[in-house]
Amino acid sequence: MSVLVDNNTRLCVQGITGNTGAFHAKASMEYGTQVVAGVTPGKGGETFEGSTPIFNTVREALEKAEINATVIFVPPPFAADAIMEAADAGVALIVCITEGIPVEDMVKAKRYLEDHPASRLIGPNCPGIITPNQCRIGIMPGYIHKPGKIGVISRSGTLTYEAVHQLTTLGLGQTTAIGIGGDPVNGTNFVDCLALFNEDPETEGIVMIGEIGGSAEEEGAAFIKANIKKPVVGFIAGTTAPPGKRMGHAGAIISGGKGTAEAKLEALADAGVHLAETPSDIGSTMAKAIG
Amino acid sequence: MKIHEYQGKQLLAAEGIPVPQSTVAFSADEAHAAAVDLIAKTGSEVLVVKSQIHAGGRGKGRFKEHPDLGGVKVVKGADAVKDLAGKMLGSTLVTIQTGPEGKEVRRLLIEQGMDIKTELYVAATLDRVTGRTTIMASTEGGMEIEEVAESNPEKILKVSIDPAVGLLPFQARQLAYGLGLTGKVARKMATFIGKLAAAYQRLDCAMLEINPLVITGGGDVVALDAKTSFDDNALYRHPTIEELRDPTEEDPAELEAKKSDLSYVNLDGTIGCMVNGAGLAMATMDIIKFFGAEPANFLDVGGGATVERVTAAFKLITADPKLEGILVNIFGDIMKCDVIAEGVLAAVREVGLKVPLVVRLEGTNVEKGKAMLESSDLKIITGSSLRDAAQKIVEMAK
Repeated sequence: MSVLVDNNTRLCVQGITGNTGAFHAKASMEYGTQVVAGVTPGKGGETFEGSTPIFNTVREALEKAEINATVIFVPPPFAADAIMEAADAGVALIVCITEGIPVEDMVKAKRYLEDHPASRLIGPNCPGIITPNQCRIGIMPGYIHKPGKIGVISRSGTLTYEAVHQLTTLGLGQTTAIGIGGDPVNGTNFVDCLALFNEDPETEGIVMIGEIGGSAEEEGAAFIKANIKKPVVGFIAGTTAPPGKRMGHAGAIISGGKGTAEAKLEALADAGVHLAETPSDIGSTMAKAIG
Repeated sequence: MKIHEYQGKQLLAAEGIPVPQSTVAFSADEAHAAAVDLIAKTGSEVLVVKSQIHAGGRGKGRFKEHPDLGGVKVVKGADAVKDLAGKMLGSTLVTIQTGPEGKEVRRLLIEQGMDIKTELYVAATLDRVTGRTTIMASTEGGMEIEEVAESNPEKILKVSIDPAVGLLPFQARQLAYGLGLTGKVARKMATFIGKLAAAYQRLDCAMLEINPLVITGGGDVVALDAKTSFDDNALYRHPTIEELRDPTEEDPAELEAKKSDLSYVNLDGTIGCMVNGAGLAMATMDIIKFFGAEPANFLDVGGGATVERVTAAFKLITADPKLEGILVNIFGDIMKCDVIAEGVLAAVREVGLKVPLVVRLEGTNVEKGKAMLESSDLKIITGSSLRDAAQKIVEMAK
């Protein structure tokens, strides 16, 4: 079992003719993902890699190619519009990879999604979502993943790969790995993913990787405390980050004493989460936790 | 991106928000001229001289060169302004936010003195929990809002803006009456808040804080201070705001990094690190600390770790005089490890190596990449995992 994506996922790639979009569309196809449509305004009627049809609009892709998921590789100034276009068409899963979307644009997109509850947004500024050997949506290296029993949720990209790699090496594997993104305003959060993994019978343990900034980890911790019996392993990046400085991710900033790693670690510990001492210990901490 | 108070006030004035009359001065003579001009315009000799630096707590801060002098001072007459400007300009102001090294004052704002009846607080910023802009207002003007939130959270009033309709007039009224204002003053306050919300959105601000906002003896509502910062992601649509950037307020290494499209933050430790990805970069800093050393920087070389970027990153890291070791941690996502190893070797050859370097690679062709590093004539140590690499560099740098 898995959450959100599997081998029934029919993926559309918005921005399929751009460099990054084309590269990762091809990588997803090679991984075995059903990439059934692309969208680039003005290139409707053309095909990608000789067979995948390209449409001018997401609505057309939905009607003609029966997509149920879309991934966005559109430049920052146009990415929020791409998200809202996908929501308007009614695509069930919208994954936005784009980094650098203006906050004001995401505030509007998030509001728009509230009126389109049939659509779920993952990201933006995220590596995407993968169910090993079934469906890869995004930019993660597919080969480090392996089917297994751990659900992974993370605000980071390469730090997620670090955790996934450890789980694979230790033979635990993953049910699904979800990158929720490093922006201050995003779609799916820790709580949503924790709920999904909690209900998935094949997920035996959950890895949750957070970082400084905001309070999504604290909200996740409260949810774990109240609802989750499965072992959860936590790691928070940024213990050494100084306040007031943006650490790469737009959302990774300690402001007004809020969003510190200490507060998040404390909330997770209080919820009974097994904390990994270092980023190198995420896999081994999970191995111990599930026995 | 942050700007100075005087720049923020100019932007606010252009949006129709009342601010005191003022002029920026870069020299004591300019300060004198500004004072003469203001006295002629307002008919009042009372003026305020305000140090312009990108840090709060200026009033309570003190100059290193003049331990009795604060960063904001009320004086009478143009000669007194000139005198004070001579002392402040070129001196280093230490406030609670500058750190002990302080910041050199290069610009002053010469402002008319106001007849202050009440000091209030109003700000617009993003509420990350709701994903919406929030307007906060408080009767506790002049105090740090974080302190108010800690000690008297009930004294902070908030309204959340629905982006579909913007701030509604009734919400502005709610805040104005909530602050205990009445009659004309309450109406002026509601108008002020409406304009503030509009400016916040139109200019893509990250924070727009008016503290204090004052009610004058004549019943006017005026922004006595303005702390303005912008969403970096939206600067592309505001070229005139980008021009307000004051490079002397920013870390030179961080400015240099920006040119090479690197995400860099200078820190106090001795172990330089170069990592791909922001989360992994922070985690790498944390593990250095875990093994007993301190990171010298945060550096994210981004997804495509090209030779040019790796070289630029090496130059940045090695320019740091407190450097005692370097840890490179790259989780090759789509990049192959042998390509990254080539980049690291080319960069080290070009930049040179005076401190120990430990490289940890993971991803496709990792064995090939490691072999290339180990067999080179350069003294590069490889790590088998992040833990192993961090332990090695901390040990070697001792």
